[in-house]
Amino acid sequence: MTQAAAATPALDSLTVGQIVATGLFPLTRDSLVRYAGASGDFNAIHYRDDVAVSVGLPGVLAHGMLTMGLAVQPVVDWAGDPARVVDYQVRFTRPVLVDPALGAVVSVVAKVGRIEADAGIVRIDLTVTSNDQTVLGKAQARVSLA
Amino acid sequence: MSVNPELQGRVFPPVAPYLVGREKVREFSRAVFARNPINHDPDAARAAGYADVVAPPTFAVVVQEATLAQLLAEPDGGIDFSRVVHGEQRFTFSRPIVAGDELTATLSVASVKSLGGHSMVTAESRVVDATGAHVVTATSTLVVRGDE
Repeated sequence: MTQAAAATPALDSLTVGQIVATGLFPLTRDSLVRYAGASGDFNAIHYRDDVAVSVGLPGVLAHGMLTMGLAVQPVVDWAGDPARVVDYQVRFTRPVLVDPALGAVVSVVAKVGRIEADAGIVRIDLTVTSNDQTVLGKAQARVSLA
Repeated sequence: MSVNPELQGRVFPPVAPYLVGREKVREFSRAVFARNPINHDPDAARAAGYADVVAPPTFAVVVQEATLAQLLAEPDGGIDFSRVVHGEQRFTFSRPIVAGDELTATLSVASVKSLGGHSMVTAESRVVDATGAHVVTATSTLVVRGDE
């Protein structure tokens, strides 16, 4: 790890609608196996095509919690400290299908949604897409910049 | 069998304490593409004021998991896991999870709602540290598909 700790962004430098961070996350089946092991979520729909198809899915899906977990990382990098994220919520609106050969790419755009100046908190709204479709709804991270 | 509406308000016994390991935090951090040195390097974490490496926000789900297993196993709950879809997730922190924490989670069922033949169960797992102080509340909304 050579990345230097980033300076904390100043709350009064932000405006609603401003893009503060973006990210592109290529996922492969390996990413899903790695997340299964790290999280303990061994639901077979995340690594076995036959099981995924047997329950009516088009194929193996990324864990929703993997998508949620990576989508906040551009915000963490921008804020400079993972502990500045004091609240984080998402709705799982569409699954991320991970092709065995081609994988998938998850794109994240993080914008200022709301500024709570008195509390020193900024709400960052995330647009999270894969294959040009939104995969998370109401994805919001509240970040303390106090 | 459908979801038992009497689950609403039910509070489960606390699950066994979860000891947060440094290598587990690093492993989870790699899995969610967390690159911040505070997630990986104890020296960087100490320089930032933490006792050890800090877990990514969604690591709390690992601690929460045992409480959801309790909910799904509840004999009169009527939640068929094969019909469960994860609808929503939220984490609300009082402080971050740090390696070395001994965390205890307690689940309560905030609500059970019916919506167009499906049930929506919202479960809140309150996670406290060894001193009993609140660390994070992990809230999951599970959608349980009805009979087709």
